Amino acid sequence: MVSAVTVAGVGMTPFGRGGEQTAREMFGEAAAEAFDDADVPRDAVEEVFYGNYMGEFAEQQGHQGPLAAEAAGVSAPATRVESACASSGVAVRFGYEKIRSGQADVVLVGGAERMTNLSTPDATQALAAAADALWEIRAGVTFPGAYSLMANRYFHEFGGGREDLAHIAVKNHENALENDLAQFQKSIDVDDVLDAMTVCSPFGLFDCSPMSNGAAAAVLVSDEFATEHGLDAPVSIRGAGQHSDHFALADRASIPRAPAAERAAEMAYEDAGLGPDDVDTAEVHDCFTIAEVLALEALGFYEPGEGISAATNGETTIDGEFPVNLSGGLKAKGHPVGATGCAQISEMTKLLRGDHVNSSALEDATAGLTHNAGGTVASCVVHILEVER
Amino acid sequence: MRYDTRDDGYDDFLDAVEEGEPYYLESPSGDGWLPPRVCDPKTGERKLVEKELPATGEVVTHTTTHVAGPDFADDAPYVVAIVSFGPVSVTGQVREVDPDDVEIGQEVEIGVEQTETTGDRVIVFYPTE
Repeated sequence: MVSAVTVAGVGMTPFGRGGEQTAREMFGEAAAEAFDDADVPRDAVEEVFYGNYMGEFAEQQGHQGPLAAEAAGVSAPATRVESACASSGVAVRFGYEKIRSGQADVVLVGGAERMTNLSTPDATQALAAAADALWEIRAGVTFPGAYSLMANRYFHEFGGGREDLAHIAVKNHENALENDLAQFQKSIDVDDVLDAMTVCSPFGLFDCSPMSNGAAAAVLVSDEFATEHGLDAPVSIRGAGQHSDHFALADRASIPRAPAAERAAEMAYEDAGLGPDDVDTAEVHDCFTIAEVLALEALGFYEPGEGISAATNGETTIDGEFPVNLSGGLKAKGHPVGATGCAQISEMTKLLRGDHVNSSALEDATAGLTHNAGGTVASCVVHILEVER
Repeated sequence: MRYDTRDDGYDDFLDAVEEGEPYYLESPSGDGWLPPRVCDPKTGERKLVEKELPATGEVVTHTTTHVAGPDFADDAPYVVAIVSFGPVSVTGQVREVDPDDVEIGQEVEIGVEQTETTGDRVIVFYPTE
């Protein structure tokens, strides 16, 4: 078996609004926390992969690889990774692959996004650029609109409705209540979700993840490096997978399915030598409530058409048999898009090693999965993390 | 107008719709695609030929957008739908119908109109009944 990659340390800024702090400073803070957590010196870093999606829109900033490395106090080859909302999840995978291939022992990965310095319409337009510029954006497709198209088709094929989606929002808000890094530490109920302002039918405001600012970082090291340096790092990434799909929704064989996620999951499970039944919890990309359903089905936790009732039935709540999005998910933790994938790694690492506010829900857990999607899941990256008990 | 330079393929398709002769690209395997395509994304086949788009399509899914980006601010609320014409599906806005009356399975025809906000061309669908 090929060796795993140790998560030596993680860091994450509180996610939220504000908007005056630059992405570079946010990433500097997240990286500083990750280095402190890892107890690995900055000069050991051999490569940097940094995720960011909309820097050109929000900060008129391109060429962000070396900028991010400098912000983190690192001198190493540095590359920006852009894969829409999966940007830093893909950055994590690149770091993982770099170490797995033996080309590096220490890699800094992460991402940052500044969004709320833009007006909501301008940020909406920036996010829409993750869709097809000719065949979707020109037709007025927004990001919530694209997922609404998926939700309405899902309801048509499999049943379920807004109330089922509302239970997902309620659950994820509940999970974030004690998470000080989360944007919303506020309890909501099903009626709040159903009565909220309509964004795109069937979604109200509470079906949508918020516009957020924030950054996340992780120091990944080879198992050999961790052993040689005596690092106290019980969590490792055991498997990774990434895949793509037809870019425009209209070109997909099935609107309410996510084959990129199915293939990414297959790759990650095979890489880890594990299956869905071996996974104890998941952080999935719930940019919209329906996205959690599509993820649970694509990842093999539920059959197509059955994920819609998971939250309603209490199966994925904190005390359910398979808790999902214990961090609060994108919905309540926040969704600074280029930071989200690595933030999932940061939160999952803490959840598994026991220093997350919701770790008590996972006392006997050994494996957790992260699922980070770009666009309407034209990109997807999946990681499987394991903890030594 | 936001888009003052033509986009080959896309604008050719809109011209064809306006002229009443919409088409799609078919590969030797029989897959249908919208232009511009150099090859069939599934098979890599490069011999793509223009075929007549069926006169009517069927709504596969739809949504009414209330919160729009700046380019569609004056258009909201508007209905976006994906319509299957058989070999190929097209995304556009459903017009001349109350948003509450748009349904999956509804039969529509394709057209081109201008948006309220920018005056750019947009693909639209009209219910046949």
